[in-house]
Amino acid sequence: MDLGPHAAFIIGAYAAVAIGTLLLIGFSYFDARRTARRLADLEARGIRRRSDAGK
Amino acid sequence: MTVDFADKKPSWFGRLANPGQFLAWSKPFVVPLSVLTAVLFAIGLYFALFDSPPDYQMGETVRIMYIHVPNAWLSQFVYAVMAVASIGTLVWRHPLADVAAKSAAPLGAVFTGLALITGSLWGRPTWGTFWEWDGRMTSTLILFLIYLGIVALWRAFEDSGRAGRVIAVFTLVGALDIPVVKFSVDWWNSLHQPASISLMGGEHMPPAMLLPLGIMTLAFTLLFVVLHIVRIRTEILRRRAETLERQAATRVAG
Repeated sequence: MDLGPHAAFIIGAYAAVAIGTLLLIGFSYFDARRTARRLADLEARGIRRRSDAGK
Repeated sequence: MTVDFADKKPSWFGRLANPGQFLAWSKPFVVPLSVLTAVLFAIGLYFALFDSPPDYQMGETVRIMYIHVPNAWLSQFVYAVMAVASIGTLVWRHPLADVAAKSAAPLGAVFTGLALITGSLWGRPTWGTFWEWDGRMTSTLILFLIYLGIVALWRAFEDSGRAGRVIAVFTLVGALDIPVVKFSVDWWNSLHQPASISLMGGEHMPPAMLLPLGIMTLAFTLLFVVLHIVRIRTEILRRRAETLERQAATRVAG
């Protein structure tokens, strides 16, 4: 792949987008995991929503 | 007055609106949509980097367009989603609306930031400058700052219901910038070219370039959809956890 005289700009742009989107994906994923764990902890302590109490 | 909805089947809108129902119906979509997004990115990147011709004027830098245009499109699309959600908050008090608006804001901020970065990395070799204070670029920078303001506002409020209404008003005022971004290239003479693709006028682009652009745009849009669903789910669960923690604290205190 020959990107010509402006290769640095092209690679820089793709790298920036890769970093940006991967950070978004990573952050959203870990936030989801952390929140699920937080709810699971509460549930383990016997704290649950009234609507879930019968389940 | 109490209204009993217990024996009433919820409408499709009700199912969409109810946070618990949303958690249930959105769950089976997350993994298949993520896989589809990854496949589209793989195909799109292949065409964008390896199997598309250089432009006769821009040369190889045209490849930046395959990531710049989707991010620029999303910068406006995500804002439109937030504006619709804000109307949902203010008019219908839709229980999911401010959750949707809140979850979209950081996504929009990143996509807009990436549109600005890729645009300036394209502008330097093509126009000879990283930045020009013209209509399109300035209004997109303002859009970026509006996104950052909205993200900051969400973090500033304790009470999410109150935050939802205040930020909804702010979001709708900020929405005035969207048509400015969109039509800036037609209103003012500027370095930035007008739209190359339009529904009315057809495209001014060869199919070999339209293909990577189309696939990448679809891939980025699906990425937004998946991340938005995941973040809405997280936000619903976070609010549940916060309510439960408050209840537990009151119980201990009382």
